[in-house]
Amino acid sequence: MAIGRSTKIILIITALAVLGAALALLLRPAGQPGEVLVTVDGTAYGRYPLDTDTDFTVDTPWGYNRVVIHDGQADVYEADCPDKICVNTAPAREIGDMIVCLPHKLVVEIVPEDAP
Amino acid sequence: MKRGARALVYISVLTAQAMVLSWVEGLIPMPLPVPGARLGLANIVTLVAAYTLPWPSVLLVVAARTVLGSFLFSGLSTLLYSLSAGLVSAVVMLLSRRLLKGGMRSVLAVSLIGAIVHNLTQLTVAALVLENIRVFWAYLPWLILLAVPAGLFVGGAGRLLLRYVDRLQLNLK
Repeated sequence: MAIGRSTKIILIITALAVLGAALALLLRPAGQPGEVLVTVDGTAYGRYPLDTDTDFTVDTPWGYNRVVIHDGQADVYEADCPDKICVNTAPAREIGDMIVCLPHKLVVEIVPEDAP
Repeated sequence: MKRGARALVYISVLTAQAMVLSWVEGLIPMPLPVPGARLGLANIVTLVAAYTLPWPSVLLVVAARTVLGSFLFSGLSTLLYSLSAGLVSAVVMLLSRRLLKGGMRSVLAVSLIGAIVHNLTQLTVAALVLENIRVFWAYLPWLILLAVPAGLFVGGAGRLLLRYVDRLQLNLK
């Protein structure tokens, strides 16, 4: 089975999209000062500095997530959600990094300091 | 066999195959930086359905496989994501199959489009549930990067499979 002309066009568009996505990931700014923002169900739960080690548990209406900030990075250590995707996500340290727990509608993300 | 009975058997076989593929996929570990990223093996079934069945039956297969799959494997909490993404990507795949013409030669492109739309829909639903637009932008590049190899793999598998399904001369469309 040969490849049709319209398929070639789609393949080219896809290749460009992949290039754009790769560039977007590679050109992410690194090393800028940020802080940890925890959001539950779309509302801010709390902000925490990255340079102070803390260990706290976020109680959401759907369950809990234990968040640990240490060595300049934020990590979800344990949670009672069914999929444990948040626990398995790598720690967040650069601005834009995120840990998401969909079942608990919880987002732990690194945002620029003093950003709304 | 009457046409209606033949269609029913074919739809059931496709749904059963999707179940098996979902199960097999659960056995493959995916060590990726993106949580929940998967190959989407069950989309092979949607792709084959889109080329061999009328559109209402395609949507039926997708709805049946996502609902049954969430009961059996992933849990009900994920049904919102798999059902919406499955249906939206199936509709877009059906439309692009028509627009691209070229019959079987469009399988690869239709599969790619389906994979990207599937990921985009899931991401959009997740961003809406979390009420956080930053989630969308943070994961968008990853989802495009991962959808392309998955879409090509599913498209390649679908092309091979469709050759054999073609020989059955089901004439269900």
